[in-house]
Amino acid sequence: MALSIDEVAKVALLARLRLTPEELQTFTGQLNSIVEFVEQLQQLDTTNVEPLAHGIDIHNVFRDDVLGPSLPREKALANAPKRNSEGFLVPAVLD
Amino acid sequence: MASANAIELLAQLNSGAITSEELARGYLERAERLGRLNAFVHLDPEVVLSQARALDSKRRAGQPLGALAGLPVAIKDVLCVDGELTTCGSRMLKNFRPPYDATAITRLKAADAVLFGKTNMDEFAMGSSTETSAYGPARNPWNEECIAGGSSGGSAVAVAADCVPLSLGTDTGGSVRQPASLCGVVGLKPTYGRVSRYGLIAYASSLDQIGPFAHNVADAALLLKAVAGHDALDATSVNLPVPDYLASLETPPESLRVGVVPEFLGAGLDPEIESAIREAIKVYEAAGATVKEVALPHSKYGVPAYYLVAPAECSSNLARYDGTIYGHRAEDFRPQYPNEKDIAPLVLMMMASRAEGFGAEVKRRIMLGTFALSAGYADQFYNQALKVRRLIKNDFDAAFGEVDVILSPTSPTPAFRLGEKTSDPLAMYLSDIYTITANLAGIPGLSIPCGLTKSGLPIGLQLLGPAFSEETLLRTARVFEKATDWHTKRPELM
Amino acid sequence: MEYTIIIGLEVHVQLLTESKMFSSCGTEFGLPPNTQTDPVSLGLPGTLPVMNRKAFELALKTAVALGAEIAPFTKWDRKNYYYPDLPKNYQISQYDLPFSRGGSLAIPVQKDGSGGGSCRLTRVHLEEDTGKMLHGAGGFSEVDLNRAGIPLLEIVSEPDLRSAQDAKACLEELRLTLRYLGVSDCEMQEGSLRCDANINLHIPADGKTVATPIVEIKNLNSFRAVERALEYEAKRQYTKWKADGLTIKDAPKETRGWSDPEGITKPQRQKETAADYRYFPEPDLVPVVVDQAWIDRVRASVGELPAQRRERFETEYGLSAYDANVLVEQGQDVADYFDAVAKATGEFKLASNWIQQDVLRTVKEKKLKLAEFPVGPDTLADLINRVKRKELNTNQGREVLAKLIETGEPLDAIIKSGGYGMVADTSVIAQAVEAALAANPKAIEDLKGGKKKPDAVKGFLRGQVMKQTGGKADPALVGELLDAKLAELLA
Repeated sequence: MALSIDEVAKVALLARLRLTPEELQTFTGQLNSIVEFVEQLQQLDTTNVEPLAHGIDIHNVFRDDVLGPSLPREKALANAPKRNSEGFLVPAVLD
Repeated sequence: MASANAIELLAQLNSGAITSEELARGYLERAERLGRLNAFVHLDPEVVLSQARALDSKRRAGQPLGALAGLPVAIKDVLCVDGELTTCGSRMLKNFRPPYDATAITRLKAADAVLFGKTNMDEFAMGSSTETSAYGPARNPWNEECIAGGSSGGSAVAVAADCVPLSLGTDTGGSVRQPASLCGVVGLKPTYGRVSRYGLIAYASSLDQIGPFAHNVADAALLLKAVAGHDALDATSVNLPVPDYLASLETPPESLRVGVVPEFLGAGLDPEIESAIREAIKVYEAAGATVKEVALPHSKYGVPAYYLVAPAECSSNLARYDGTIYGHRAEDFRPQYPNEKDIAPLVLMMMASRAEGFGAEVKRRIMLGTFALSAGYADQFYNQALKVRRLIKNDFDAAFGEVDVILSPTSPTPAFRLGEKTSDPLAMYLSDIYTITANLAGIPGLSIPCGLTKSGLPIGLQLLGPAFSEETLLRTARVFEKATDWHTKRPELM
Repeated sequence: MEYTIIIGLEVHVQLLTESKMFSSCGTEFGLPPNTQTDPVSLGLPGTLPVMNRKAFELALKTAVALGAEIAPFTKWDRKNYYYPDLPKNYQISQYDLPFSRGGSLAIPVQKDGSGGGSCRLTRVHLEEDTGKMLHGAGGFSEVDLNRAGIPLLEIVSEPDLRSAQDAKACLEELRLTLRYLGVSDCEMQEGSLRCDANINLHIPADGKTVATPIVEIKNLNSFRAVERALEYEAKRQYTKWKADGLTIKDAPKETRGWSDPEGITKPQRQKETAADYRYFPEPDLVPVVVDQAWIDRVRASVGELPAQRRERFETEYGLSAYDANVLVEQGQDVADYFDAVAKATGEFKLASNWIQQDVLRTVKEKKLKLAEFPVGPDTLADLINRVKRKELNTNQGREVLAKLIETGEPLDAIIKSGGYGMVADTSVIAQAVEAALAANPKAIEDLKGGKKKPDAVKGFLRGQVMKQTGGKADPALVGELLDAKLAELLA
């Protein structure tokens, strides 16, 4: 398969990446060569093979429901690129 | 000091022959002199010296000291240190100071290590050459026109150039072992779950592990012991006791069975590396080990499987960098292109911030992973890769029924020239052909120096073992070290 | 009926835990913005989630109580989408292997006899809550992450509901059940219970049935809003279909928001990209395996649920379905109160009446919690037992209860100081009857002459007798003696 420029542009929007027209061109070419490379996996018959998603096979790991401290608000907001005295600010969301 | 190792230094510190402050000053001077190697991205002498002085007074006061008391340890800039810049080699996080310590850092502090700056790395650990760093590439101390390997290139260089005796890196597809190999030091990737990932800024969560760099196996064992162990803050960390790796190190494994994969010594492998590996096999035979061939039939699918699994996870892990809670926010996010006129300002802010904050390789992997998980393609790409991942793990399970360790090259080539592969992502991806399957299978691996090319570049030998076999791996590596002197070689640096 | 309304609910409830789902900071409502966060709930780089055991167990308890099937193996997935109230830009949720499937909710019978039956559940799964957007001025919105990471149960029903009333009743039944279980406080105003509804119509036309496009209604902030919005939306869809004839095949699912002040639903702005959540297994969390022993332990902790309690009140105490429901739907404390009084007196109907008429009215008027009500079930039972033993008559009993509520004094003291006590002495009452007859000859004449009905005359005379005895006479004895006397006079 080959990804078209439009498809790559859709992926970029889904991934929240603004691409210049030149980048879109370059990425389309590069992604297609990578996709072509990874398509070799499809040669393998994996019927009845369980997917392996985790790095390690363990289960039932829990923490107890114990209340801990919150960060002081100043610390929570310290890395915010834009903020006021109580919260993070983003361009207005209109619902 | 220029060729000292950690355990020797610890003895000198404990005997009072040197102070932590003297040691730190010496390393700081050297690090500054070798600044051109670009091993460090953040190194504040005062922060280092104040820790060293605190250690010295603790020692003078006769207080109990940790296992690394006074030893400088450099930290890959992917690990969070409370209040210190933690930038992941990215413009995105250029001002980010986490309000907490990674568990590995907490443990280093508890062991009384001196945190010795943050090391250069490929952006968000994505790369095999440290060339994707927003701070420019690290340089190989053996040939400064060559790459240091990656993504933990800065940590490998810092040790190789004797700017620090120990460092921590992270390994997602070979990012500790490959730069260790290219820089002529020891690098170990532990079993997934052996070292807590809490505070390790994720690239691919099911593959990432923190591992040590050192000049020799004993030093690596010392550092691994200090950071390993169960952590309640990481649900994937395993609750198994941590062996005393140093205590058993000098005892060679009994009736050692070494596996060799014939395909790993064939096409695509640099001939000088091949001969070094064949020499290494002879070393083990001479030491009484049984060497036998094993098959890893699916390992050739390791790189393609990895380049679906890792980007998929990365596309999600890096979604949080959107200019809202932390990280870079674009100043100007007005619509620029025709297709943007209907997009809300909030969305454009995120798109522009990410476009400015991330470099090309990170964007490429985010796009690839987003695609591999997207509706209509997930089964064919991401899910198929997970199934192949299972087959790769099954191969290892079968092989480790027959042998204790698998021996291979770490990297198919020695360090290549800076810029040589930056425009060909796929060629770069193949640098990890021998290391990547260990991450997919979750097993431990290490790289030790095993030779130099004619042009004087280091060659690394990789040993892989079954899950939680770090002790055996270290003892097996020690067998090689005792028989050779490659680990004592140092680059000539002015 | 011109059409059938098809409704399904999607409900989110916050679970009652001390700490968040994946980290230890608190879960309180109403704190100042961003004062209840930690590195994990801020989604800071490097942080990792660890599952809160209590959250999982409360989720299990809920699913078991709703009759759902518990999966032996469950895992968490990342649901990827960008929104500023979701700090990681993915929500840890459950996709293909939720911890439970199926189950059902009873639809309570209404006073008018409508309702009844049950609504099947599709699935229940456990996920993390998002933060909140505060829509500020100056072209900015503010992000508050206090709520981010609170454990959230998503309960999705099948489209089994056929009216707005049923949808509301079913949701109320869910709230009651969850409160009985103690898994959530279900305060819609505070957002610990949230509901979206999917609705469309099946309209018979030309011998076939056509379905209108499905609409998801959001912003339903009260039970009343659920009912009103669905009523409105059904009418809107019908009117629209008559105008444009569009069916489910012609239009995609639409999301509309309910505007409570305007009483209408309005289309919500469409997102830039079609939803593609790119679910994949959450690598930072490990799966959970639930064995039968665990399910059995949870089942044993569930206790009696509202539906079972209603049934028991009907069968064990002989209450009507309506009375049983009134006592149960008020909450566990009321039903427990009734249970205690009923058991201690054996006077089920009386206990039910007094609790409904006196206790609940007072609680409502004075805006009390039942726990704050001054008369405990023991005291009320004591009082009812005295009536039963004829130490007091019913009217006296209610007067005493009123004083108990008012003064909070001990029962004995009130009875003593009020001089309550029933006269059950036949000779005293017989005398009073004689006196009443003697004082009212006209009444006897009217009776004899057939001018007034016997019941009316008897009622009047009974009142006279009670008056003479200061309201203390045993009414049954009064009736008996009066009957005998009148029969004698008429003979």
